[in-house]
Amino acid sequence: MRLPETIRAAFVIARRDFTATVLRKTFLLFLLGPLFPVVMGFGFGGMGAKLAEDNARPAVAVIASATTFAPLAEARERLAGVSEGEPVELVRIDPQADLDAQRARLLAQKSPPFLAVLNGDLAAPHLTGTVHSDGRTVSQLGYMIDDARRHATEPAPPPTRIAVTSTERVGGTLAAARGLTARGGQTILFLLTILLAGAVLSQLIEEKSNKAIEILAAAVPVEAIFVGKLFAMLAISFVGIAVWTVTGALAIAAWASSGLGGLPAPAIGWPLFLALTVVYFSMAYLLIGSVFLAIGSQAASVREIQTLNMPVVLAQSAIYFFGSSAVGHLDEPRGLAAAIFPLSSPFAMIARAAEQGAIWPHLAAIAWQGLWVTLILRAGAKLFRRNVLKSGKARRWPWQRRAAARG
Amino acid sequence: MSDTEFALEAHHLVKDFGDKRAVDGVSLSVPAGSIYGILGPNGAGKTTTLRMMLGIIDPSSGSATLLGHARPIEAARQVGYLPEERGLYPSMHAVDAIAFMGALRGLPLREGRRRGRELLDGHGLGAWADKPIRNLSKGMAQTVQLLGTLVHKPRLIVLDEPFSGLDAINQGKLEALIRREAAAGTTVVFSTHVIAHAERLCERVAIIAEGKVAFEGEVDEARDRLRPIVRLKTREGDGPWRAALPAAARLDGDEWTFELPASGPEPLLRALLDGGAGIETLAIERPGLHDAFVAIAGEAAAQAMDEPASEAA
Repeated sequence: MRLPETIRAAFVIARRDFTATVLRKTFLLFLLGPLFPVVMGFGFGGMGAKLAEDNARPAVAVIASATTFAPLAEARERLAGVSEGEPVELVRIDPQADLDAQRARLLAQKSPPFLAVLNGDLAAPHLTGTVHSDGRTVSQLGYMIDDARRHATEPAPPPTRIAVTSTERVGGTLAAARGLTARGGQTILFLLTILLAGAVLSQLIEEKSNKAIEILAAAVPVEAIFVGKLFAMLAISFVGIAVWTVTGALAIAAWASSGLGGLPAPAIGWPLFLALTVVYFSMAYLLIGSVFLAIGSQAASVREIQTLNMPVVLAQSAIYFFGSSAVGHLDEPRGLAAAIFPLSSPFAMIARAAEQGAIWPHLAAIAWQGLWVTLILRAGAKLFRRNVLKSGKARRWPWQRRAAARG
Repeated sequence: MSDTEFALEAHHLVKDFGDKRAVDGVSLSVPAGSIYGILGPNGAGKTTTLRMMLGIIDPSSGSATLLGHARPIEAARQVGYLPEERGLYPSMHAVDAIAFMGALRGLPLREGRRRGRELLDGHGLGAWADKPIRNLSKGMAQTVQLLGTLVHKPRLIVLDEPFSGLDAINQGKLEALIRREAAAGTTVVFSTHVIAHAERLCERVAIIAEGKVAFEGEVDEARDRLRPIVRLKTREGDGPWRAALPAAARLDGDEWTFELPASGPEPLLRALLDGGAGIETLAIERPGLHDAFVAIAGEAAAQAMDEPASEAA
């Protein structure tokens, strides 16, 4: 059959599925359901950004001699003994001749990353970095410096005022923040993919149970049914994504004091990152949705589909974790492997979009994923065709056949 | 597509499901413009044969030609198919269901809706056009699906067990519809396990038993395989006339039933009269399709034909 006829038929199927889903009252529940975790995800992203600023793993570099640093380190130990959680980490760095250059270098350094640089003596300290004067890092440092000075001099000196110079995220803190964006992007991708792949499987169950599948299979190529169903759900998901994105953005804009600008910006920039999120989501969904549909078509009964569902979701989770292991290690073997393995590639590549600014790897990845989408769609459609109209007794797996043969 | 002599042809179709052979070398030819019946008991392989001929499932071996196309899906726009397991989307409105089935076969939706309303009006279901399928009775839903099979004006209509689930009135309406379609030049193929429908409607039949074609040809040809049946009642219970009866003659009550001997009616009649039978009634009947079916497919298959349909073959 000519391709345009397959596309026409797929469109007829997709239009039916799309209108049948979107025009139902239950679609509102579909829209509301994922909104909660998505808003939570964005919320945690925003809070995470704040935490990254105040309580990030990157330490504070203290440019000081060993003599000056010692009372500060002791004060930190005392603070650690009375406070919940670990106080900000301090790393002593020997002073160099060009203080400004040394400070800039330390802030840009990725390994180990520094949140801020403290210099000057304890009576007139100066802190530079991704910190705010009313933030937790500055408060803790102020407490440590006051404590150090109280132990060094009698009578107790007046409270120290730290001069703070706030900067944009650089070096290590930037990497940490982008890592957060990468994980956020992956999580959203995973949640949407698993939700929609499950939904397309439910539609197949419905089709099998209301016996409409044979009417479709008699009238159009089976490939058109397969592709039509997949793309209908993709179109439905775009409606959902549009609603969820706008609602989420409005919620963040309303709740977060710094609005959308407060989110850690991805390396590739927000517009391209959002566009790539849609592309990688489409790829992830088409890859995983095809596998879901193909597996679903093997089942002889709804119960069997439900039984198959769990291992498939577990496998999907494993793929997600494989993809998320690439965050922060994009150019290492595991990062590259996650980008190359077709099913984890969209997850690894959205992390790359958050962490690295180069565009060409995305073009290559989209082409690579597109190739696999085509291959898996074809293979899935073939399996679908072979098995979707089987009825009667449930399929017997080899061990069941052996058991039956033994009597 | 150019006109073909046969609307549908199957050549040695075989279908295996695992280690079970559902269809075993089925060959048949459906002349264009005819009404053709596929007869067989449940599980004989009728549905599987139809599915293979329509390209819904692939045969394990063999081939089929649909309206001259070796790939059946290429003729899909000219075919209407009513599967045995009726399937409609419950939330779809009746007219939309018809239009959707037409759209699958290439009919624009708007035109499908227009024709759908006409067809529903013509079948007394106009008031139900904008009602969801789930609100319709089973018979109405079956009619809607049948109309969806016809909406794109196909050249070939394939109906799998179309009479199953219909009451006597709707069965009559369906028979009339099949005749109308055939009179308009459409080829109609239907499977059934009720011989009477085939006998009333079909010019040609295929009798399928255990996955094989036991007979394929004209209905008259199937009947002609049997000799005429003689039914005889006599005043005398015994006498020399008994020698004129064939050995296989059966006595049911006071009536003898047997095949007319090859020598024909005249010698039989003379032997009965000369033997003093005292003929009360004597009828020579042409065998029906049911008798032919019993002779061709066997008594067990004929009994299975009377059982209600329960599963797709």
